[in-house]
Amino acid sequence: MRVLAAMSGGVDSAVAAALAVEAGHEVVGVHMALSRNRNQFRSGSRGCCSIEDAGDARRAADILGIPYYVWDMSEKFEDTVIADFVSEYEAGRTPNPCVRCNEHIKFEALLDKARALGFDAVATGHYAQVFEREDSDGSVIRELHRSPNEPKDQSYVLAVMGPERLKHAIFPLGGFASKDEVRAEAERRGLSVSNKPDSYDICFVADGDTKGFLAERLGTRPGEIQDTDGNVVGTHDGAYAYTVGQRKGLALGNPAQDGKPRYVLGTNPKSNTVIVGPAELLTVNRIVGDQAVWFADDVLAAAGQTEAGSDWFDVQVQVRAHGAQVLGRARSVALSRAAEIVGAGREDIATQCTRAEGLSEDLDDRTMLEVELTGGTLRGVAAGQSLVLYSGTRVLSQATVVASDRKSTAAAVAAPVAAGLSSAS
Amino acid sequence: MFCLTIAGTLAQADVNLSDMTPTHVAYLDHAATTPMDPAAIEAMVAHMGTVGNPSSLHRSGRDARRLVEESREDIARIFGSAPSEVVFTSGGTESDNLAIKGIFWARNKEASRPRVLLSAIEHHAVMDPAHWLATHEGAELVWIPVDESGLIDLDFLATEIAANHERIALVSVMWANNEVGTIQPIEQVVELAHAHGIPVHSDAVQAAGHLPINFSSSGLDAMTITAHKLGGPVGVGALFAARNLTLVPVQHGGGQEREVRSGTLDALGITAFAAAVKAADGRREAEANRLESLRDQIIQGISSKIPSAHARGIDVTGPDRGKRLPSHAHFTFEGCEGDSLIFLLDNAGVQVSTGSACQAGVPQPSHVLLAMGVSERDARGALRFTLGNTSSQQDVDLLLDVLPGAVERATAAGLA
Repeated sequence: MRVLAAMSGGVDSAVAAALAVEAGHEVVGVHMALSRNRNQFRSGSRGCCSIEDAGDARRAADILGIPYYVWDMSEKFEDTVIADFVSEYEAGRTPNPCVRCNEHIKFEALLDKARALGFDAVATGHYAQVFEREDSDGSVIRELHRSPNEPKDQSYVLAVMGPERLKHAIFPLGGFASKDEVRAEAERRGLSVSNKPDSYDICFVADGDTKGFLAERLGTRPGEIQDTDGNVVGTHDGAYAYTVGQRKGLALGNPAQDGKPRYVLGTNPKSNTVIVGPAELLTVNRIVGDQAVWFADDVLAAAGQTEAGSDWFDVQVQVRAHGAQVLGRARSVALSRAAEIVGAGREDIATQCTRAEGLSEDLDDRTMLEVELTGGTLRGVAAGQSLVLYSGTRVLSQATVVASDRKSTAAAVAAPVAAGLSSAS
Repeated sequence: MFCLTIAGTLAQADVNLSDMTPTHVAYLDHAATTPMDPAAIEAMVAHMGTVGNPSSLHRSGRDARRLVEESREDIARIFGSAPSEVVFTSGGTESDNLAIKGIFWARNKEASRPRVLLSAIEHHAVMDPAHWLATHEGAELVWIPVDESGLIDLDFLATEIAANHERIALVSVMWANNEVGTIQPIEQVVELAHAHGIPVHSDAVQAAGHLPINFSSSGLDAMTITAHKLGGPVGVGALFAARNLTLVPVQHGGGQEREVRSGTLDALGITAFAAAVKAADGRREAEANRLESLRDQIIQGISSKIPSAHARGIDVTGPDRGKRLPSHAHFTFEGCEGDSLIFLLDNAGVQVSTGSACQAGVPQPSHVLLAMGVSERDARGALRFTLGNTSSQQDVDLLLDVLPGAVERATAAGLA
């Protein structure tokens, strides 16, 4: 195959490219420039995006003996990933920019361009596995699975690409059980990036200062911090800087009456209010997701998919990268039912779906994902987060969280506990 | 007849990624750097084993000095200057920095002359020192606009000089543009500036070796050339500085080169530089005719084969045809990304450039094209094809063969 190896300058993508070469593919290395004003040197735990990183990628390509190019994706990155990051926070949601980058940049802009230029697939250094099997009707099903390297597993951030794009994605590191093995492979091939530190931070947020980054883009917008009874308990410089489940940085003057620590339960972008309350109000057992991507039509079919939705099927639920998994069951539902579930208005739900384009009249035709947690609860589930459903190691579906609820403790429901949906509105 | 048909079909080479090792490589980026002339290699190799600092007072020093001075005389003769007007540098960027900063500082010693007049299509080696002067030394930069074909607006220059001549430190207009190859009316620039005693610098890096250049008769006060664009090695160049021109040095040290460019002279590089200048001069006229014909084939071939291609620079079918370097063809391809085209062509063995400056592998939107009125969107699909001594008919044929397919693919890939 003709394979484009996306090379960030890190050890993972370098080894992934090496393995693609050794598998006999015709490989071309491409480094994506994601900013017009790149720093000369990498700093902190950002592992990409500086000119130094581009140089590391170039040297890896030299050693592998493959052509190497830098493609300018900065405009697309700004227009999709960064703009989405800012507007999602502004709307009171919690985005995952790595999910958006995989969705819009790596497996859309880059993959589309690669395919148009004659490549068959894009190879990246992600930790996830793709298995092919033949269905009973003879068709090939491509399944996305977790990496055996659980701490590094990236199936969560990849699921958004959906099954069609997965057909043109290669993850040569999918079977590696540890990062040490990958580093050893890099060393064995003389790749100088073998000892490069891992990256953690959001690549476009300098110093990991998300709040500062948002403040630069959105400005200062002072407002009130309220408790669940509507009492003003503090002030803030911009509700966008607060995420559901956050405890630090609240700077509340008076302690809560019960003396327990208070957490952000939600924000209301309209009234520019941050709502805080005790930890137990963060606990949810029901989540509604929008823009569902299905990897497992077989599972859905088995659950009796109809126009009104499907019956329940068993899943493991994950709502953040490297986060805990909780047993549950899921089904597809219409939007009106989703609203009913979380006790929110139909329009409130729709507001949280604004990421979807062209959403207006056909709200009721919209299929959403309802998830009920049966094996435990999750804390601090925010609208905007990526919801991924697994069956064992297999990814079944991905959706964007629009709301959540805790039916079991109905007595406290007066509080605005639906993620991002504040009853104060 | 049948065989011919098959041959014809085969010749319609597609841009195919599986052709990872193209049989013929067409190097069409001579304006970036051109292969070293065999005479230059020979001259360099002949002296590589010899020791000697041209500034030393013993025999080895004298031998090295002799190489430098003979080279200086050759270069001076060919470019019509006095030997003492040749200041050896490390290349075009250093020469431009020395000219722009050196003249600016000298001209501001006894009077305040903050204005620096530059064409809007200068190379970064001229623009950036000027920007530095604006930031750090209070220079006021005046950009001389160009028309659609890249020719500077002499009326604008005349008006600016008439209005502000007492406050102008220098004028810098390149001899020929590095992207589109438009040759500027240097003599008229000099005439306008000299009427008020304003010194003029010209970056002649792209013109040297291709055009007849006479420093003295041009009237210029300073002129930049570099070795590696005309068959010499990278790392050596010269600034022609008129005997009466005062320059404040940028680099300080041992006081070599009229005390304006300190640093041990690169006797080997300078010797090879002179050998390349002589070789280029010897074949200049014949070579200009040959390259012009190849250039015209490229321009006409692309124009007729690719409807979305727009030829940029001087129209070679028009009366101004002579105002274009024989070596430069330039196009923008509507709806294409330059980097897609470069990738596809490279893969097919055709090496070209977007022509504009890169930042770590990413071509920046060309200020030259923007100054010529090209939209930023169109400027993204720019490609420069430049010819040199090793260019052949086969190079042009290969380009014209693979380019239509590449443009088709790149158009499908669209703008990122």
